[in-house]
Amino acid sequence: MDEASLVARLRGKEDAAFEELVRAHGGRLLAVARRFLRNEEDARDALQDAFLSAFRSIEGFEGTARLSTWLHRIVVNASLMKIRTRTRKPEALIEDLLPGFLEDGHLARPAVEWRTQSDDPIVRRELRELVLEKIHQLPDAYRNVLLLRDIEELDTQETAEIVGISPNAVKTRLHRARQALRGLLEPHVGKPSA
Amino acid sequence: MNCREFVEFLMEYLDGELPEAQVATFREHMADCPSCETYLDTYRETVRLGHDVCGDPDGPVPEDVPETLVSAILAARRKQS
Repeated sequence: MDEASLVARLRGKEDAAFEELVRAHGGRLLAVARRFLRNEEDARDALQDAFLSAFRSIEGFEGTARLSTWLHRIVVNASLMKIRTRTRKPEALIEDLLPGFLEDGHLARPAVEWRTQSDDPIVRRELRELVLEKIHQLPDAYRNVLLLRDIEELDTQETAEIVGISPNAVKTRLHRARQALRGLLEPHVGKPSA
Repeated sequence: MNCREFVEFLMEYLDGELPEAQVATFREHMADCPSCETYLDTYRETVRLGHDVCGDPDGPVPEDVPETLVSAILAARRKQS
């Protein structure tokens, strides 16, 4: 697909061009929204909001980034907006998911090695599903930072701007989110200690 | 340095942001504490597994966007314009 001509047709408000855009990018972008939103309906709403926003602002698309990158960013923003506006459910406290320490500073439960390497595509897929399930168990504020930094691969500054916190707070949340995710994964992938 | 401090400074160490003087202490602790060495390995593995959630080459090719959703998006656009 010639991106420049598609953009020109979108700017010309051609109905078929909007449909082409949704069909070409919708599946991949829905997968992005699902990473942020546990609920399928919320993910679909976020995707719809994102496309409507993209249709409205296509004039502002400068062509310096690829269309897919531009849309990706819009979907991430729409997903975060959805998280902010939806009814809040009780969440786990991050402190309950962090490692515990004894009074002398030693880890309360010694870390064990993991078995996460496999050549079997089915095992790898199951592991990927487990990781996503556990990411979804993180409190929103921590999950969002982890998704933006480790999965969407934004840098600290970009993440800080999107989430609306300082770069130092991004670093603190990311470190805590990774520790919490590690703790959630360990019972499933840790080798029994000898 | 104890395990609590080791875990606290772990991300800075991996990002190469830990001051030189503390790097030596960090590594000394790791050499003496197999549990913290394992903790570091599994923390790093956690980050790698996170990357794989969307970047696994074995991962499914994203499915087509559901037909009902395509229709809903296009209808909402017509309503909007």
